[in-house]
Amino acid sequence: MSKDNQILEEFTSKEYEHGWSVNYEADEAPAGLNEDIIRWISVKKEEPQWLLEWRLKAFKTWQSMIEPEWANVHYPKINLQALKYYSAPKQSKKPKSLNELDPELLAIYERLGISLNEQKRLQGIAVDAVLDSVSVATTFKDTLSKLGIVFCSFSEAVKEHPELVKKYLGSVVPMTDNYYAALNSAVFSDGSFCYIPKGVRCPMELSTYFRINAANTGQFERTLIVAEDESYVSYLEGCTAPQRDENQLHAAVVEIYAGAHAEVKYSTVQNWFPGDKNGKGGIYNFVTKRGICAGDYSKISWTQVETGSAVTWKYPSCILKGDNSIGEFYSVAVTNNYQQADTGTKMIHIGKNTKSRIVSKGISAGKSQNSYRGQVQVMKRATNARNFSQCDSLLMGDRCGAHTFPYIDINNPTAKVEHEATTSKIGEDQIFYCNQRGIATEDAVALIVNGYAKEVLNQLPMEFAVEAQKLLALTLEGSVG
Amino acid sequence: MLSIKNLHASIEGTPILRGINLEIKAGEVHAIMGPNGSGKSTLASVLAGREEYEVTEGEVLFQGKDLLELAPEERAREGVFLAFQYPVEIPGVSSTNFLRTAVNQVREHRGLEPLDAVKFLSLMKEKMKLVEIDQKLLSRALNEGFSGGEKKRNEIFQMAMLEPKLSILDETDSGLDIDALKVVSNGVNQLKSPENATIVVTHYQRLLDYIVPDFVHVLYKGQIVKSGTKDLALELEEKGYDWIKEEVESKATV
Repeated sequence: MSKDNQILEEFTSKEYEHGWSVNYEADEAPAGLNEDIIRWISVKKEEPQWLLEWRLKAFKTWQSMIEPEWANVHYPKINLQALKYYSAPKQSKKPKSLNELDPELLAIYERLGISLNEQKRLQGIAVDAVLDSVSVATTFKDTLSKLGIVFCSFSEAVKEHPELVKKYLGSVVPMTDNYYAALNSAVFSDGSFCYIPKGVRCPMELSTYFRINAANTGQFERTLIVAEDESYVSYLEGCTAPQRDENQLHAAVVEIYAGAHAEVKYSTVQNWFPGDKNGKGGIYNFVTKRGICAGDYSKISWTQVETGSAVTWKYPSCILKGDNSIGEFYSVAVTNNYQQADTGTKMIHIGKNTKSRIVSKGISAGKSQNSYRGQVQVMKRATNARNFSQCDSLLMGDRCGAHTFPYIDINNPTAKVEHEATTSKIGEDQIFYCNQRGIATEDAVALIVNGYAKEVLNQLPMEFAVEAQKLLALTLEGSVG
Repeated sequence: MLSIKNLHASIEGTPILRGINLEIKAGEVHAIMGPNGSGKSTLASVLAGREEYEVTEGEVLFQGKDLLELAPEERAREGVFLAFQYPVEIPGVSSTNFLRTAVNQVREHRGLEPLDAVKFLSLMKEKMKLVEIDQKLLSRALNEGFSGGEKKRNEIFQMAMLEPKLSILDETDSGLDIDALKVVSNGVNQLKSPENATIVVTHYQRLLDYIVPDFVHVLYKGQIVKSGTKDLALELEEKGYDWIKEEVESKATV
């Protein structure tokens, strides 16, 4: 066995850092999935009739669909009837402010390194924290509402801004879109809602932290971001889950709407529990994320750092409907041990002079499988559409796999589409070179990997970039020794 | 400073070094010469701790410590520096960032405070002059797209930054034109002090016009077969290696 392999082996021993769970009293739905459960959730959330009907319709659609099997991932069938579809931490009454929040809940977020109180005062980042199925706190609400910005939990938006929710819910990802999106539409419990009115530049990063805590619970959150004409918002999402033996399901939907001249930047650092060294446990992350550049000169930019999940199935996409609109996708996906990721993007060019840019950096270690799947589609009307795609794969060791599935579909002769791809291996030579300068092997790997992913990490807001760098190093720790 | 005794090393079962003995004191410059395949670069790699090479016999003491017991990064932190014959490219990592990580890990080992960005940059400015290296080069990804000369200059610049006790220059002259050779040699000479020592591994005498050695050793078939002063290098330049080979072969047949 070469040194590379030996190094890699040792480096894969690092355990997942957020693998603790807290025993708080939870308000849960019984296990199972049927119309009664959906009604139960709707009642629990005191929802209006139209939303219940929407859910039931989605459920009917879902019942007629079959689980997609085209992705390059393999896992035992999930028994959806064994899952619980709603779990909320029990609170005697709804808290009016953070001060009234259950200290134990606050402690959960403190352990994640997200202190809601601190955030509120110091960092100037508005946070919405979602635990299992419900949003537990949103900070900075007052500051934002003065600008007309709405940033709150999805449930709250349903109550306070029903007209906005009704208008945009399902407008980018229809309930019929796919198996998991339909399931989410039927049973989603909470999530974040964000509305930026016309001409407003959101003065701070809006951030949501999702955490699955309860056992045997699926998390189905829904995020809806609406940026009216000439507005701007940068939105961050972070995810963690406790370490459990069983696999847990996470099937979220994110919808983004961008009006004319509006810009939305959406950044994710996904750190769901990836399963242990032997591939036991971990989150199944089946997520539908899509944005529409509805107006001319609008822009949507996705940046994702995917380090977690046992299985990832995720394609943040852009529908470039407005003329001169721009879609971007920057991704780093790391897989280690037995993780499997099938991730990429779709860029659908409809408007004239639309541009898209795809930069995907896959890193595979251990016995993992990492696939990039992307589609660039240029419609008939999309004169002068431009796309640039770069898909790089970095391999660590010789038992992992990297795969690239680019699909290009051009229906307009003026389109210019470029695709570049590279595959490389972290070399023994590179590591030895670093060692010879006094750099320890783990630091060398972190240095090399961060260098490789730099173009994507540069897209992240400052604090998030630092977190992402550490996370990359942590995920790969133990793969090279 | 460095004491090599009866060092044997092999790669994938093939013996390359067959009993090297060498004593190096602080302040000295030793040149290792020899024909292709004689084991010059292997010796440099073994001293730096490259793991493909298996040491089968012998010992190496560096400042009283058993060098062969130490991991490559520990050797570096103790003060062993290898200027690579083929410096490695690391995409996306700037030379500056790379060196700052290296310098601070070495400093930590030596019980010194890490350098903050300002102090680090001013140290860099000072050392840059030694090898006439451009700051622009250092903000680029390490060695990526560097010319042969730039890579070698960068090696000597790193050496200046890390302030090693023992520097091993592995064919630093290969691929350099005469101007670059002068610049690099000048840098090495300025870094020389009574406290440190240098091993110059080279195929040609040319480099030794600029970096003047105290001792010259000829390596052949994994052994030092002849040692002398600078004059030996000149003699080799003039006569080639054949006479040494013959000398060795005839001894072997006796």
